[in-house]
Amino acid sequence: MADAHSTTAADGPRETGAAAPYTDYAVGAPLVDTKAPDGPVADRWKRRRFEAKLVNPANRRKHTVIVVGTGLAGGAAGASLAEQGYRVVQFCYQDSPRRAHSIAAQGGINAAKNYRNDGDSVHRLFYDTVKGGDFRSRESNVHRLAEVSVEIIDQCVAQGVPFAREYGGLLDTRSFGGVQVSRTFYARGQTGQQLLLGAYQALSRQIAAGSVEMHPRTEMLDLVVVDGRARGIVARDLVTGRVDTYLADAVVLATGGYGNVFHLSTNAKNSNATAVWRAHRRGAHFANPCFTQIHPTCIPRAGDHQSKLTLMSESLRNDGRIWVPKARGDDRPPATIPEDERDYYLERQYPSFGNLVPRDIASRAAKNVCDEGRGVGPGGQGVYLDFADALARMGRAAVEARYGNLFEMYERITAENPYEVPMRIYPAIHYTMGGLWVDYDLQTTVPGLFAVGEANFSDHGANRLGASALMQGLADGYFVLPATLNDYLAGHWHDEVPDHHPAVEEAVGAVTDRLYALLSNDGDRTPDSFHRELGEVMWDECGMSRTEPGLRKALDRIPALREEFWRRVRVPGSGEALNQSLEKANRVADHLELAELMCLDALHRTESCGGHFREESRTADGEAARDDEAFSYVAAWEFTGTGRPPTLHREQLTFEYVHPTQRSYT
Amino acid sequence: MNLHLRIWRQPGPDAEGAMTTYEMTGVSPDMSFLEMLDTLNEELAERGEEPVAFDHDCREGICGACGMVINGQPHGPERTTACQLHMRHFADGDTIDVEPWRAAAFPVVRDLVVDRSAFDRIIGSGGYVTAPTGSAPEAHATPVPKAAADTAFENAECIGCGACVAACPNGSAMLFTSAKVVHLNSLPQGAPERETRVLDMVGQMDAEGFGGCTNTGECATACPKGIPLPSIAAMNREYLRAARRTGR
Repeated sequence: MADAHSTTAADGPRETGAAAPYTDYAVGAPLVDTKAPDGPVADRWKRRRFEAKLVNPANRRKHTVIVVGTGLAGGAAGASLAEQGYRVVQFCYQDSPRRAHSIAAQGGINAAKNYRNDGDSVHRLFYDTVKGGDFRSRESNVHRLAEVSVEIIDQCVAQGVPFAREYGGLLDTRSFGGVQVSRTFYARGQTGQQLLLGAYQALSRQIAAGSVEMHPRTEMLDLVVVDGRARGIVARDLVTGRVDTYLADAVVLATGGYGNVFHLSTNAKNSNATAVWRAHRRGAHFANPCFTQIHPTCIPRAGDHQSKLTLMSESLRNDGRIWVPKARGDDRPPATIPEDERDYYLERQYPSFGNLVPRDIASRAAKNVCDEGRGVGPGGQGVYLDFADALARMGRAAVEARYGNLFEMYERITAENPYEVPMRIYPAIHYTMGGLWVDYDLQTTVPGLFAVGEANFSDHGANRLGASALMQGLADGYFVLPATLNDYLAGHWHDEVPDHHPAVEEAVGAVTDRLYALLSNDGDRTPDSFHRELGEVMWDECGMSRTEPGLRKALDRIPALREEFWRRVRVPGSGEALNQSLEKANRVADHLELAELMCLDALHRTESCGGHFREESRTADGEAARDDEAFSYVAAWEFTGTGRPPTLHREQLTFEYVHPTQRSYT
Repeated sequence: MNLHLRIWRQPGPDAEGAMTTYEMTGVSPDMSFLEMLDTLNEELAERGEEPVAFDHDCREGICGACGMVINGQPHGPERTTACQLHMRHFADGDTIDVEPWRAAAFPVVRDLVVDRSAFDRIIGSGGYVTAPTGSAPEAHATPVPKAAADTAFENAECIGCGACVAACPNGSAMLFTSAKVVHLNSLPQGAPERETRVLDMVGQMDAEGFGGCTNTGECATACPKGIPLPSIAAMNREYLRAARRTGR
């Protein structure tokens, strides 16, 4: 089939697949100035806010800021900047800013309020986050996050976010993700939805007031850089197909993570990496791309038709027991497998933490037993999460009160009743800690380009703690960016960029050429078929555990797949109308480039840390072994050309307050 | 299983639309309704035909993007969103009609995709608490009775999918609008704007061309999130109270 289409549209300005794979990289100058002030960590944010220059209120409306994305970080940033008086032009690919994928977060949001009087503090949240990130995050940033966390709760309550409350009318909190204090605020299993709607409503108010010019169903396809500064974006109206340039004094990317490189993930179907990848190609360094998080309690795939994976709150592990049959290929119904022929492998291997070990450990253990041929369900890609003991101990009513909505969701998807048969679960890609490198001000290596929320790399190190994603998105959007962006805008009065400026014309030309190339290619494969194939390579070689031979194999395969994509992809329809195949193809093209950088980063980091597990680097008892001597740094990659070895810039990490220790859960 | 699909195809907002028939074979009962459409679309794309356009994103029933009328019912026969509806609720050989939301205020963009931006404008007219970032008092400064918090939450669960409008014979947006009014007006934080909120939101709803409410109750039956029908009565009460107090 491939040979029938040997012609290629590989010419022109559009990037194509590289001939030779690279497994090497150059080393560039280290990143030394992160702009974080010195002094005691608890005073740094105060100091930075004071030292940041301000823009006169009367002058703010003369500054235009572009915000791409309307999730927690983008929605909060757009609303807050408009309240300050800036002119905001905002974009989302969804039909409404209310639909960004932050909405799907279930569990909760951490804040160091210490309402429980249980010993929580800003310092403890800071400590837990640095340690949980496996000592690969910046102390200054994490401390700021912990400080700001308390203001977030105040802000959201004032907006009318209906958090869970006690009978006395005060806010309820719970312990989450194995943390020893109850600092997680929640709104049933829909905390993300409620927080996002709070930000969306604040944003809607600004849209109605004319302070935010909102462009829904519009997707950013490139960044415009003029004289070394980010000055705008090229975006396509997804309904009319029109490609337009939008110019501004600063650009903020709040476009989320890149988990969909794996095809199957818990991300929304249309979540994508195009904005961050295009920014990377324009000069923004990409940090720690191999730091991806895998969530252990997702519903396993049902077949080849699977389009995405659904996560269930990991609170299920508080009462459910995880097991597989002791014997390989034992396909008896679970109820008929006697107790002594079951392997409660987490309880066996980690007697003190049992089923509550951290996400990465629970995920790898599940993979290991499935690789041994002891997995259950279709394709042997699942393990049991059994509530029989909890039902016997607590009674059905108590189990239902705690997990009723999750049990319903599971039954709706699988048609199995978890009150009667154990749930089947399997890990899935859930969150990406890596992202665009940003300094303390959340500015990327392109001046005037900022990245907030999951789109940046900043606060979670190599592993994110539960209920911390919502916290970081809102911290960046409501509090950090509005303070630091002032400083940039106050320091840079910009001349207007003419529409026919060469940088604008070049960016628009590149975008339209690429769309044309996709539409006119005489291919025979759908964009989705490439996405699936890429996802399989990434899941096998750059997923839960990684090896040098596997990563080298992926680094061979991905450029070949990319080359095949540009040769064989077929996109029906036109560019002048709503064309979801074209949207998909354009996103997959970028996934095919980013995937390569993820594998290279994973190959170069020969240690194991957090979500990044290299089989070659483990302790005597088989657990992840960090190598602080060699790898206590942020890997920030500079783009040098498609398929060309990138340049590595290291940002050395120092730990003055939380001293690195090896995690141990046995 | 095998299915006869009849799907509304409409190339653009001003183009004529028509039901088009597709035969599907080998549909797995474990597929979601949207995965069944994905499979159809892959087949169409492989043949060089344009896939059926439909809105979708989270596929977990929470973003509210998906929505289509399946056999005459918004989101189909189960009380959930189309993304969470599974093919096991259909039988081999079934004929399934798939149409976009039908309402004057939701013009068709293409195939099953409609323009629901009227909902955003209703929220923008008053569906918020004016609380600029940084101005908030300490969260525990105002306790909220649990009953009020629960009422607020129950209404705040709305995902803005538009099924209520599609189900209503009048194309009314009363359930959607009342969910936000009741959410915010139940809370002490929402009290200062209680009157203007309901007056402005109802005014915007009418201006968008949604129909009036005749208490048919189809909206609450179709709602995948169970927004309670009495919220409409509560909003009417709020409206009358506000009109009396402000003289508007």
